Amino acid sequence: MAKKVKFLQGNEAVCEGALYAGCTFYAGYPITPSTEVAEVLAARLPKIGGRFIQMEDELAAMAATLGGSIAGKKSLTATSGPGMSLKMENLGYGYLTEVPCVIVNVMRGGPSTGLPTGPGQSDVMQARWGTHGDHPCIALTPSTVQEQLNETVRAFNLAEKYRMPVILLTDEIIGHMREAVEIPEPGDLPVIDRKRPTCDPKDYLPYKPEADGVAPMADFGSGYRYHITGLNHLPDGFPSNDGKLAQADEIRQQKKVDDNYDEIVVVDEMMCDDAEILIFAFGSTARSAKEAVQMARAEGIKVGLLRPLTIWPFPDKHLAKYAGKVKRVIVPEMNLGQTALEVERVMKGQPAVEGIFQIDSEPINPVTILNKIKGGK
Amino acid sequence: MARHLIRLSGSGGQGMITAGIILAAGASVLEGKKAIQSQSYGPEARGGASKAEVIISDEEIYYPKVMAPDVLVALTQEAADKYSKDLKQGGILILDDLMVKTAPKGDWKVYMMPIIRTAAEKVGKAMVANVVTLGALNEICGFVKPETLEQAVLSRVPKGTEELNKNAISAGIELAKAAKAK
Repeated sequence: MAKKVKFLQGNEAVCEGALYAGCTFYAGYPITPSTEVAEVLAARLPKIGGRFIQMEDELAAMAATLGGSIAGKKSLTATSGPGMSLKMENLGYGYLTEVPCVIVNVMRGGPSTGLPTGPGQSDVMQARWGTHGDHPCIALTPSTVQEQLNETVRAFNLAEKYRMPVILLTDEIIGHMREAVEIPEPGDLPVIDRKRPTCDPKDYLPYKPEADGVAPMADFGSGYRYHITGLNHLPDGFPSNDGKLAQADEIRQQKKVDDNYDEIVVVDEMMCDDAEILIFAFGSTARSAKEAVQMARAEGIKVGLLRPLTIWPFPDKHLAKYAGKVKRVIVPEMNLGQTALEVERVMKGQPAVEGIFQIDSEPINPVTILNKIKGGK
Repeated sequence: MARHLIRLSGSGGQGMITAGIILAAGASVLEGKKAIQSQSYGPEARGGASKAEVIISDEEIYYPKVMAPDVLVALTQEAADKYSKDLKQGGILILDDLMVKTAPKGDWKVYMMPIIRTAAEKVGKAMVANVVTLGALNEICGFVKPETLEQAVLSRVPKGTEELNKNAISAGIELAKAAKAK
């Protein structure tokens, strides 16, 4: 049977992905350019027995998203730069308490209110380090409307599997553009649900990890009573001021992600095999880069594109293959050089990284990238 | 390789973005081509120059924005002046004769047509000027089959407005035929 094809906006596709993954709770506060996510889910969630709630502000929206998940519902929130800044305290709470949920950040210009209706990619480091303290981070960077759907499903799966918040780091261009999207049938994409306890409720320890580093999570209200706190805690959930235990626990959390790099990190490589020049680009800028690669290849220039669908954890292993192999590395991004620093760290000067950094609220033109490819040394 | 770069512009609220969505959805979902619709607008809900861009292609489209359009529709003077700057040489410029008093100068095929007046007076609702535009645009450029355009329009408009919108498409086609005959 032919697949169901819909012509969708990027933000609408996020909603299709969330519903496919089994999301039944959304809490948010409207902000351009993410508002359509809230708009669509406000209409759709009540029809499937889910709940949509507009909170009084972004802080409360993040708190409610965590609360929905603690009650056992797959939960989503969507925002943009200023809202993401406000969510940071509660997002940190989500990391420490290991609450699965998905946060969509449709990036616009910043800081502060910035350029509300234009695109940006300046929240890469905020996604990684925006909340205080050491913690693992998973952030996904779709480039197409289809990927907005598929990567939202993957974000929920990773959140559920590793019991942690996951960020879908997209931008105004991908969020607002429209493309034809194949709507997956049940079974087409994997859907993962969190581990829940099977023990007697009186024996339940909410933070006693199993061999995979992840502890089963009970739904509040299901008879498993437990304590949650933003303080470092013991396996029973109650606070502890033991620094050694806190360190061991934070390292365990980081290892949940580090040890599963191969499963979490996905990249798309375009014409990299014989490439002498490598471009590293994500999100909407990767689309400009693909166009530039095609234009350059038509002129016989050996250039390829490494496009991460997972920006955090950073695709070190995938990128390191090209260290010492390519003659040039170019990083175009709509910020003043955030991922370029990471690329530099991985390439270790082999070769030096050349950036194309732009924060004028316009997408990076493929011709700008082509000129860099041709004009370099 | 056939690739059409189309820019639909006017003032916020004139329905140019909806028109772009309808055209791109028709080309992609109904005819199986590759199509992308994107837009840009200011912080205001109404007014201000607004544009929708559509790319229709037989091949994968990477860069989603239109660098230099082949076709520009402008329903206001501001949009005509602002967005015609990078219209390709030999491109097509479709203007509304009520709102655009001075056609921008360039090496283009210019169609000055009573789009808004036709919508208001002949079809009976100024609101359908965007659908009149689609009828005219597609008659001139042939992006999709006429029946595709009708199906795409009808799948996006509110129930009860089907006849109104069909009339708007036909009125647009007539405008284009008359303009081409000139």
